Amino acid sequence: MTYRRPTFRHPNLPKNDLGYTKRDYEGGISTLCAGCGHDSISNAIIQACYEMALEPHKVAKMSGIGCSSKTPAYFLGKSHGFNSVHGRMPSIATGANLANRDLTYIGVSGDGDTASIGMGQFAHVIRRNIDMTYIVMNNGCYGLTKGQDSATADRGSKSKKGAPNPFESIDLCELAIQLGAGFVARSFSGDKQQLVPLLKAALAHKGFSLIDVISPCVTFNNPDTSTKSYQYVRDHSEATATFDFIPLRMEITTTYDKGTTTPITMHDGSIINLYKSDDSVDVTSRRAAIDALEEHREQNQILTGILYISEEMRDTHEILQTCDTPLNTLTEEDLCPGSTTLAAIVDQYR
Amino acid sequence: MTKLEATNDFVIRFANVNGSGSASANNLFAKAIFRMGIPVSPKNIFPSNIQGLPTWYEVRVSGDGYLGRRGGYDFIVAVNGQTMRKDYDDLLPGGYFLYDSTRPLPENYDRKDVTLIDIPLTEICNREISNPKLRLLLKNIVYVGALAYLLDIEFSVLTDSLKKQFAKKPKLAEPNIHALELGFNYARENHTESCCLKVKRSKKLSDHIIMDGNSATGLGAIYGGATVAGWYPITPSTSVVEAFSKFANKYRQDDKGRVKAAVIQAEDELAALGIAMGACWNGARGFTATSGPGISLMNEFLGLAYFAEIPVVLIDVQRTGPSTGMPTRTQQSDLFISAYASHGDTKHILLFPHDPEECFTMTANSFDLADQLQTPIIIMSDLDLGMNDHVCSPPQWDDNLQYNRGKVLNEKQLEEIKGNWGRYHDIDGDGICYRTIPGTHPEYGSYFTRGSSHDQKAAYTEDSDKYVESMVRLEKKWLTAKKYVPAPVVQIHDKKSPWGIIFFGTSTYSAHEAMDRLTEKNIRVNSLRLRALPFHDEVGEFIDKHETVFVIEQNRDGQMRKILINEGDFDPHKLISVLNYDGLPITAGQICKQIEEALEAMSPPAKKAVQGGTK
Ligand SMILES: Cc1ncc(C[n+]2csc(CCOP(=O)(O)OP(=O)(O)O)c2C)c(N)n1
Ligand code: SF4
Ligand SMILES: [Mg+2]
Repeated sequence: MTYRRPTFRHPNLPKNDLGYTKRDYEGGISTLCAGCGHDSISNAIIQACYEMALEPHKVAKMSGIGCSSKTPAYFLGKSHGFNSVHGRMPSIATGANLANRDLTYIGVSGDGDTASIGMGQFAHVIRRNIDMTYIVMNNGCYGLTKGQDSATADRGSKSKKGAPNPFESIDLCELAIQLGAGFVARSFSGDKQQLVPLLKAALAHKGFSLIDVISPCVTFNNPDTSTKSYQYVRDHSEATATFDFIPLRMEITTTYDKGTTTPITMHDGSIINLYKSDDSVDVTSRRAAIDALEEHREQNQILTGILYISEEMRDTHEILQTCDTPLNTLTEEDLCPGSTTLAAIVDQYR
Repeated sequence: MTKLEATNDFVIRFANVNGSGSASANNLFAKAIFRMGIPVSPKNIFPSNIQGLPTWYEVRVSGDGYLGRRGGYDFIVAVNGQTMRKDYDDLLPGGYFLYDSTRPLPENYDRKDVTLIDIPLTEICNREISNPKLRLLLKNIVYVGALAYLLDIEFSVLTDSLKKQFAKKPKLAEPNIHALELGFNYARENHTESCCLKVKRSKKLSDHIIMDGNSATGLGAIYGGATVAGWYPITPSTSVVEAFSKFANKYRQDDKGRVKAAVIQAEDELAALGIAMGACWNGARGFTATSGPGISLMNEFLGLAYFAEIPVVLIDVQRTGPSTGMPTRTQQSDLFISAYASHGDTKHILLFPHDPEECFTMTANSFDLADQLQTPIIIMSDLDLGMNDHVCSPPQWDDNLQYNRGKVLNEKQLEEIKGNWGRYHDIDGDGICYRTIPGTHPEYGSYFTRGSSHDQKAAYTEDSDKYVESMVRLEKKWLTAKKYVPAPVVQIHDKKSPWGIIFFGTSTYSAHEAMDRLTEKNIRVNSLRLRALPFHDEVGEFIDKHETVFVIEQNRDGQMRKILINEGDFDPHKLISVLNYDGLPITAGQICKQIEEALEAMSPPAKKAVQGGTK
C-alpha cells in the first residue's frame, strides 16, 4: 500500500521562492521500519529540494529495487517516479535524461542495487556523465531480502547475523572518482546538517554527482560490530573541509575568513565555498581525493563531505552534441525528413 | 558434356578470403545485373571473423523474379585456395569453374562435367598494375571484368557504376576501369564462347531499389520519429543503429549543427533496452536493435515494459542460435523468446517484415503502435533480410501523416480534469489507459511507475482482486492490439483447395516460388503471409478454410506453428511444419520437397483431395 498524507496545509507554513511549502515536497507515508536510515535521507531530499525551490514537477525520481529504492514514493509526490528493476536504474535514468535534458534527475539506489547487480550500469552512467544526482542509501546489507551482507560491507564487519564478512568491500566513492565523476560526496543519514547542503550542491552540479549516504538498517545491520551502524559511524567519521553552498539566487555572505576559503562556481552559477583547515584534503584533485580515502580507510575512519569536485566536465548531451531542445518535445516537422528527401535517399540504392 | 545454358537464370558463387577487398567487387557485379533491370539476389555467406577465413558471395540471377535462395551453383569464381577443392566438387554438373591460373590447377581436379575457365589473375595484376597495394584489391575487379565478357554484362553499366562510386575521387575510378578491361580482354581473347550462361537487359525491374534491410530499418526509425537509441554491438543487428546514426547526422541537424537524436552505445543489452525505455517513459521515441543473445538479456526489462505499460521499439535481427550458435548465419528462431519474453504472464507484439521496404514501413509505424498500445513492439527481422541486399519497391512517405502519440494527457487536459485521473484506469474500455509525461503539469498527473503490482492510480497493491483486474485488462489490450497491427496478406488461388501455406519474413521469397512450382505440378495451394502477432481473425479463418496448412519457417521446433496452436487454439494435426534451420535461407526446393512428401504420406482421402483440387 501507498499511504497518502492528509492534504490539510497549515496556512502559516513558510514558503520558498516558488511559494511552495515543505509539505509540497513530501510524498506518501513511508512503509520502511521505524528508525531506518533511508527515511532520514528522504527527509533530507525534501528539505534540499524545498530550500532550492525546485519545481517539483520538473524533477524525475528514478530507482532500482530494494528498501532504498522504494523511497521515491515517500518524497516529492508531485514528481514522476520510476521504480525500475534491480540494479538497472542508471540505464532508465540515462534514457529519460536523453529524452528531456531540462528536468532534474534524482536517482535512488541501495548498496546491493548499485555495488552488486547494478555495478556495470553504475560504472557506465558515470563514464557517460549523465546529468543526475545518484544517491546510494548504503546500509552494507540487503535490507529487503532480510539482511545478507552486501558488497559495501567492510571486511570483518558483523551484522545482526553475527558472522564477520569475509570479503573485501567496494568503496563506491573511490570508484566513482576513478571513473570520472565530477561530484562525489559521502555522508551519513544521521547528519542532516551535512547531508542537506551536500544534496543541494549535488543537485546544482551539472553532470553526474554521487552521494554515498551511510544509512543504517536498524533491523538487520545496526549492532555496534557493524561498520554501518549508527554508533560506529558516529564514532569513526571525519569530514573533509566544511563548506557553504550558496545557491544562485542568494547573496554571498560567507561566514568564513577571507583567504581560508576556496570558492567553486557551479554550472548554474551557484557557489560552493570550501573552508580549508591546514590538514584538509584538496577535493579538487582526483589523486589527492583517492589518497585521502585510502588513508582514512587505513585508520578505520570514514571520510565524509565533498570528496571530489570538478566543474569542468561536459555532460552526455554536450558530449553527444544533441540539440538544446528536449528531444521529447520535437514533432514531425523536426524529426521527419519528408517524402522528397526519402525519394532522394532511396535513389542512392538504385 | 552438356554445358549449363541459361539467360537470366543462374546462380554464381564467389569464393573469397574474408578481408581481401572482394566485397566491393562482388557488389559491383550484383549491382550491374540489377542495373540491367534483371531481378537479382545476392547473399553473403560469411564467417564470424575479420580477416583470413573463407567467405562466399552467392548471386542468384532470376529473370522470373524469384529472389529466394535457390541452392546449388552453376558458376564459381574460385579465388580462395583454402576452399577451392570443395568449391570445385560442389559445382553443379555442366557448371563453370573460373580460377586464378597463375598457379596450375592440381592434377586431381579432373571432373569431366565442368568447364574450366582459367584466368591468370595474379599474373595479370603483377604485370599491369604497378602499385602493390592496389594489385591485391584490383585482382577482384579483374575477375568482374572477365565475367562481363563471359556473361554479356553491359560494360558501360560497370564503368558507370565505378564512376558513380568514385564520384568524389575520380582518380580512383581509372585504375578500376583499367582492371575491368584487363579481365574483359583476357576472357575475350582466351575464352571466346566458353560460357553459355548469359544476362540480358530486362524490363522486369522499373522503379525498384536494391537495399539491405538494416539500412531500411534505420531509415524507418528516422521517419518514425525515433530520437533515442541505446544499443550494444552484435551481428547481425549492428548496422541498424549505424544506419540510424548516419541518417540522423545527415538529416537531423539543427541550425547549430547539433543533432536531434541521441545514440548511446551501452554497456550491454540490458542497458540498451533500459535507455530506450527510459526515453519512451519520458515522452521521446526510443528504440534498440539486437539479436538473439541480446533478447535473452533483455527479458527482465521486457516484462517491466509489459506490466508497467511503457512503449518501446525493439528490433531483433535474428541469427542462428542457440547460444552463440552460428552468429553469421540466418534463422527465424527467436519467436518463442520474443513472443513470451520475461517471467510471469507476458506476451509481446511482434511484426514480421519480409523485405527492406517493409522494414522501413513497419519500423516507421512501430513507433505509433508502441505509443498507441503502450507496450513493446518487437520487429522480427533476420540476418538474411538485415545484412543482404534485396530488390524491392522503394519506401514511400505520406507527408500528411502525423505521428500518433496515443493516449497522452497534455497540460490543458490535466487542468480540465483537475488531475482526476488514474494511470491504469481503463475509461475507454479498450484496455488502453491514459499516460502522462514528466514535467507536464505543476500539480496534476504525476505517478509512480513500477513493475510491482499496482492499482488504477498506480499505487502499490497486494490486493488479489486488483492484481487480477490489471492482468485481465492487459489481456483485453492484447485483443485490442489485433486491430492495430498489420493484417496478413492472403492469396487464394483456388477456393476449393484443401491446402494452405503460412509463412512470414524472409521465407516469403521462397514460398512464392514454391507455390509457382507446385502449381506447375498441379498442386494448388492458397497462402497467408503473417505480418504480426497477435494474429488477426483472418488467420483463424484461413486455417479453418483448409484441411491442411503448411507452416513454413526457419527454425527446428516449428515455433510459429506452436504459437499458432497456442494463440489460436487450432487443431495441431492440421498444421504441418515445413522447415529449414541449417543457417542458410530456406529454398523453394526444400519447401516443395517437404510439402510433396507430406502429401504423399497422407491418408488416401486426403490424397484424393490432392487430385480433386487440381483437375
Ligand atoms: C533480479 C532480481 N534479483 C533479486 C531480487 C531480490 N532483491 C530485492 S531487493 C534486493 C537487495 C536490495 O539491497 P539494497 O539495494 O542494498 O537495498 P536495501 O533494501 O538494503 O535498501 C534483492 C536481492 C530482485 N528483486 N531482482
Ligand atoms: S529492513 Fe533495514 S533497510 Fe529495510 S526498511 Fe527496515 S531498516 Fe530499512
Ligand atoms: Mg542495502
